[in-house]
Amino acid sequence: MMRRASCLSLSVLLFAGLASSQSGSELRFCLRNEPKTFNPLLVEDDASETVRYLTGGVLVRSNRQTQRLEPELALSWKVSKDGRVITFQLRKGVFFSDGTPFSADDVAYTVKQMMDPALHSPTGDAFRSGTGTVRTQTLAPDRVAITFPAPVAGLDQLFDQVAILSAHSPNKEKAVLGPFVVADYKPGSSLLLKRNSNYWKTDRQGHKLPYLDAIRLDIQPNRDIEMLRFKRGELDLINSLDSEYFDRLSSSSPNLVHDAGPSLDSEQMWFNEVGKAPIPNYKRTWFRSTNFRRAISLAINRDDLSRVVFNGHARPAIGPISTANKFWFNQELKADLYDPEAALAKLQVDGFRLQNGILRDVSGNAVEFSIITNAGNKYRERMAALIQQDLQRLGIKVNVVTLDFPSLIERISQSFNYEAAILGLTNVDIDPNGQMNVWLSSSENHQWNPQEKTPETAWEAEIDKLMREQASSSDPKKRKKAFDRVQQIVAEEAPFIYLVNRNALSAVSNSVQGSTPVILRPQTFWNIERLTVTAEAAKRP
Amino acid sequence: MSATRKLACAILLLVVISALGATWIAPADYATQFREAPNAPPSRHHLLGTDEIGRDRFSRMLYGTRISLLLAPTAALLSTLMAALIGAVAGYLGGFWERLAMGITDLFLSLPWLFLLITVRALLPLNVSPLASVLVTFLMLGLLGWAASARVLCAAARSLRHSGLLLQARALGLHGARLFAIHVAPNLKPILLAQFWISIPVFILSEANLGILGLGVSEPLPSWGSLLKELEGLTSLGDQPWKLVPLLLLIVVVTSFQAVLSYEEIAA
Repeated sequence: MMRRASCLSLSVLLFAGLASSQSGSELRFCLRNEPKTFNPLLVEDDASETVRYLTGGVLVRSNRQTQRLEPELALSWKVSKDGRVITFQLRKGVFFSDGTPFSADDVAYTVKQMMDPALHSPTGDAFRSGTGTVRTQTLAPDRVAITFPAPVAGLDQLFDQVAILSAHSPNKEKAVLGPFVVADYKPGSSLLLKRNSNYWKTDRQGHKLPYLDAIRLDIQPNRDIEMLRFKRGELDLINSLDSEYFDRLSSSSPNLVHDAGPSLDSEQMWFNEVGKAPIPNYKRTWFRSTNFRRAISLAINRDDLSRVVFNGHARPAIGPISTANKFWFNQELKADLYDPEAALAKLQVDGFRLQNGILRDVSGNAVEFSIITNAGNKYRERMAALIQQDLQRLGIKVNVVTLDFPSLIERISQSFNYEAAILGLTNVDIDPNGQMNVWLSSSENHQWNPQEKTPETAWEAEIDKLMREQASSSDPKKRKKAFDRVQQIVAEEAPFIYLVNRNALSAVSNSVQGSTPVILRPQTFWNIERLTVTAEAAKRP
Repeated sequence: MSATRKLACAILLLVVISALGATWIAPADYATQFREAPNAPPSRHHLLGTDEIGRDRFSRMLYGTRISLLLAPTAALLSTLMAALIGAVAGYLGGFWERLAMGITDLFLSLPWLFLLITVRALLPLNVSPLASVLVTFLMLGLLGWAASARVLCAAARSLRHSGLLLQARALGLHGARLFAIHVAPNLKPILLAQFWISIPVFILSEANLGILGLGVSEPLPSWGSLLKELEGLTSLGDQPWKLVPLLLLIVVVTSFQAVLSYEEIAA
């Protein structure tokens, strides 16, 4: 597949930005945690990912607004038909921040480092498609081919996460190809990024990007303080805003907040179907019944969850792919509508009956189960309380138990001593290949019944087959068809009962120009090179 | 009785009566969700507004007061009795028994309470009713909270052991349990009472702390801890001051307990 350069898609924003570009302009926002690493190949956490996004130069970039892949350091690229080989034609005349020239050697060096088993690179894990080594061939100083031992699904998309390292720079750790470089780091306090004067990109008028001179990232886990500082004008952006904070800010400054609609993140509930789980057999029989799971799904009022718990800043979830995922979402699916009568009818098929306000199974056992979730997550606690009351209408008694996170993880992944759980999934990848570890029945994250030796149900076997099929194909249409079917099976079988997709909420100060918040991370500064701050903000101490 | 203490007693009495009469006074059930009116401000129907999922805050405060205010003294009673059993007896017996008891007491005092409670809570069965969960929470607080009181009682019993009073009693032929029951226990009573009163606000605050962490009383049962969780968002207090009412009530009740306690302290 050949893709040609088509950059400059944001030229409209660019002009406005340049007009108000200020010397000494500094953008300020918060990291909610300390970055765990500055090595772009070892990034796992949000804070490190932010630093990688701002400092790393990549061969291709997924445009967060259009969700399409665009050329960056690679002018073009081609993936072989078998999905094993990708060839990049590189941009010439590009230099690292320390002045070292960029060439195919750097790409080869980066891939070698990334695939080194000793490094345990999480970025590299996404490329590991089979046993064998990854070969990199430098075809010319500006042309490189990478051969994988087995097909890698969505291969080109994965390079969005690969920040190119310098092979020849005397100071490899500090040489970057991205718009900013790390200038100062005060652990626990702040991180200062300064403009990379060797950055290759220019705007339509030929002005060098980025427009900003610096970015100051304050490390601040407390969201109240982040909010107060934003209100005082000390911060310019807030990403992933809570719905409560959003409404509070919206009431005082409606022009500063942005609701970009449903994000890729989902909240879901599932029942424990593990065979060896220490739960009574009659409960395991309920949880393994499709009718039971579908009935529970129908008995949950998702509209109320969205409206009451998230103040309307969430949408009823439909399945594993959010409606926000323009390409991969199966448009034929619809969210389960709240229908207690239909839920009761489904339960009656399995022999459940409602007696004196208590639902009983065929053997007369009263239907009662516990839902665990992580303590301190007020949204999940509230969702559990609403579900508790929804299911009470069907005569089901639900006990809500909040546990500290380590205890929760121990129960759902080791002892399997639980009945149902509510947790969320943070999706950063629009490609479903990122969910392989959830859908393959042999996977540890196949949460309702992890690490099955062989698929225990026919529908799980079909999902396994479809996921492998889509992963080994480089044809987007074939992949889409396979994953559409996966979404349909998940909707029919309800191993996960998807509850809501949270909206992507953010706040952008009036001092920032050029920001158009989107649903994908990093919501507010995805076009960081073209952001500017006003003259007033540039004068801040 | 001082005017302050009279006022404190009156406040406590009023709060206890209101809590006990919650079934009749509360305008709604503590679990009823008025989903059309979440986060509503105070109104004729909802005197203190509604919480995030539309439950009447005033009703929840009354029921929560009943739970926290009735179970905290129970937990305090349990911990005081344990303190008496371990501390007073060890102090009275002295020697090896005193060293053993104080060793155990030191161990309990050095335990990180909060983490211990979180661990114990995580190990409990999941399918317990909200009422059982609240009983378990206060039972844990009672069972773990005796150590400080035991130390005080041990010291008091030790000083009694060497007192002329007990020397004379022994000279008159009194020994063992009889001596303890007739002369030691009555002399420790004011200290026991003071420790009991001290423990009540401590347990109320402990439950509130656990509630803030989401580890106290299970949904949908309210307690002061779960009501105080609403105050997590610092920035929300300015525009919704009625959320502070449960906190004010907690302060008033704890202060009243302290006012009552001062008298007992004097007596001790």
